[in-house]
Amino acid sequence: MKIAVASGKGGTGKTMVATSLAASLAPRLSVQFLDCDVEAPNAHLFLKPVINQVTPAVIQLPEIDKARCTVCGRCIQVCAYNALAKIGENILVFPQLCHGCGSCTRQCPEKAIIEVPKQIGTISLGKTAGDISYGMGELSISEPMPTPIINQLKASFSDDGADLTILDSPPGASCSVVATVHDADFVLLVTEPTPFGLHDLKQMLGVVAQTGTPAGVIVNREGIGGTPVENLLFEHDIPILLTIPFRIEIAEGLAAGELLTDILPEYKTRFIDIFNVIQNKLKQPEGTK
Amino acid sequence: MIILISSNDGNIENRVNPRFGRSPWFIRYDTEDETWQAFENQAVSQRGGAGVAAAQFAVDQKVQAVISGHFGPNASQGLSAGGIEMFTFDSDQATVQEVIASFKSNDLTKVS
Repeated sequence: MKIAVASGKGGTGKTMVATSLAASLAPRLSVQFLDCDVEAPNAHLFLKPVINQVTPAVIQLPEIDKARCTVCGRCIQVCAYNALAKIGENILVFPQLCHGCGSCTRQCPEKAIIEVPKQIGTISLGKTAGDISYGMGELSISEPMPTPIINQLKASFSDDGADLTILDSPPGASCSVVATVHDADFVLLVTEPTPFGLHDLKQMLGVVAQTGTPAGVIVNREGIGGTPVENLLFEHDIPILLTIPFRIEIAEGLAAGELLTDILPEYKTRFIDIFNVIQNKLKQPEGTK
Repeated sequence: MIILISSNDGNIENRVNPRFGRSPWFIRYDTEDETWQAFENQAVSQRGGAGVAAAQFAVDQKVQAVISGHFGPNASQGLSAGGIEMFTFDSDQATVQEVIASFKSNDLTKVS
């Protein structure tokens, strides 16, 4: 099973939830943990994996073979990101706009586009003391395109290689989040009861509505803001699976690199319960609740 | 000479728009016969690469000069490659007509 942990707003507690969920279930199941927040990965600060393999992450950029190119413009039509332009008798490539999707290469009738790999970051793989298989992508500074790393990181793990795969998503609700959550079986949305938390949660509810992925909410920092989450979720028929209070000992422990389940061990059974609820929900035939 | 001006709407008597790639409209103006035509900018709502798409539009329209408040790096690169001259106006309070008059009297700044 694949569970993605996303939020919309940054700093709501995605990594806290994802790492504690992994640590709670690792004694019972084989767990894979993928830190897909490639612009600022931080789950390793909590899970403390031993990294045993670092490989380059690359984007495949198009290069035009001028000897073959007839400047027909097909590549420009198929590029969804405006990364190519037909200027006079030349095709111009704008590498910083390219997502490396390969559409232009595949659609070129003259086979005049060569894909040239460019390193844009790294993929690190390892294992934690608690036997969690760990992977993290890291985008190099000044590189604009996170999605190829996320896709490459996910491809480094096989879907049936573990009982549970946890995907720690980047914040926001854009391409990198969609690349992380689109093939998950369930999305855990971590929010906080503030206007910002709710605003961005709404955007994520829009994403999971489009991908059709079942979702549940964890409300973190209960007591901080007073913006009720319940009314919004009632409209969307999405359950609140856990509420975590705004407490200084949690903040202090996290700042010292401790897992929530180490700071407050009673959360272990709560995360196991959440996993069981999700598992039961996914077992039910479609159409029932 | 055919020029392209970024504008807030499709009317030559209304204001220019200070951005090139994400300008809502373009006015294509022919300095020879003083005719003009308005185009909605198809790139305005795209996620990325609006500057490239707008430069592509200018190239496809066989424009020789473009006038806006600011050109982004991608738009500049595309326009330069197409041999299209770029000019900027200082005030986005002007109408398209006024900016055309300034262009004709060489009062706009050429982007080098």
